[in-house]
Amino acid sequence: MVQYTTRLDASFAALSDATRRGVLEQLGRSDASITELADRFHMTLTGMKKHVGVLEHAGFVTTEKVGRVRTCRLGLRRLEEEAAWIESYRQLWATRFDALDRVVEALKSQGENK
Amino acid sequence: MTNPTTAERKSERELVVTRTFDAPAHIVFEAWTRSDLFKLWWPPKSMGMHLRSCEMDVRVGGGYRLEFGHDAANPMAFFGKYIEVTPPSRLVWTNDESEDGPVTTVTFEEKDGKTFLVLHELYRSKEALDASIGAADGLPEQFGQLDELLATQGASV
Repeated sequence: MVQYTTRLDASFAALSDATRRGVLEQLGRSDASITELADRFHMTLTGMKKHVGVLEHAGFVTTEKVGRVRTCRLGLRRLEEEAAWIESYRQLWATRFDALDRVVEALKSQGENK
Repeated sequence: MTNPTTAERKSERELVVTRTFDAPAHIVFEAWTRSDLFKLWWPPKSMGMHLRSCEMDVRVGGGYRLEFGHDAANPMAFFGKYIEVTPPSRLVWTNDESEDGPVTTVTFEEKDGKTFLVLHELYRSKEALDASIGAADGLPEQFGQLDELLATQGASV
């Protein structure tokens, strides 16, 4: 419970800032480097690093450094939403395919009786 | 015991579904290409969708049209064209009911009397698939709700 409250505090703190919400909307469209984000929001690199740090701490963003570039993308929450959607997509097809099994079985036995 | 269905996002633009059927490919292919058979299994019954009509002209360049709904004046229609028809192994069609609809490819691979089916949906862009998933649209809406919440609570975080 304490952990949950702490996480919630971090989430609210992260989202209480307009720039940070803008950064999340931006990352919803495409991944971006810290430099690109700093340019877009007319900030210094250091300022943007702080914002991204807060978002990262709250689990909204993950970052990965390749060479000298740190790329930011939407974090686990986005992945969780996508995973949930893909699971419902999978279930739709699983239901369809179970019905298709019955049609295929009927066709197969027709063929055998010919 | 039914065979498992898998689904995954293969890349930024692709969704892939797989399933094995205990029948030769020509039989499974037939169930995808005869409208009298197709309409027996395609409509998602669990969602309570009523199939009004199902027309399929399965040949290269031929069209298909599925209409759902109880109201004849406002059917929910799905339509497009077949762009590849190779019995009994491959079927490709477009989904033209929305501007950013994917191209759907179904392959039927027979082995030891069973058929391994792969359904592949290729979107024009990452954005088109994201929009389908709806996750990208969810965020700004949640922000709006959060803004309201913060405003009403007079929160100073």
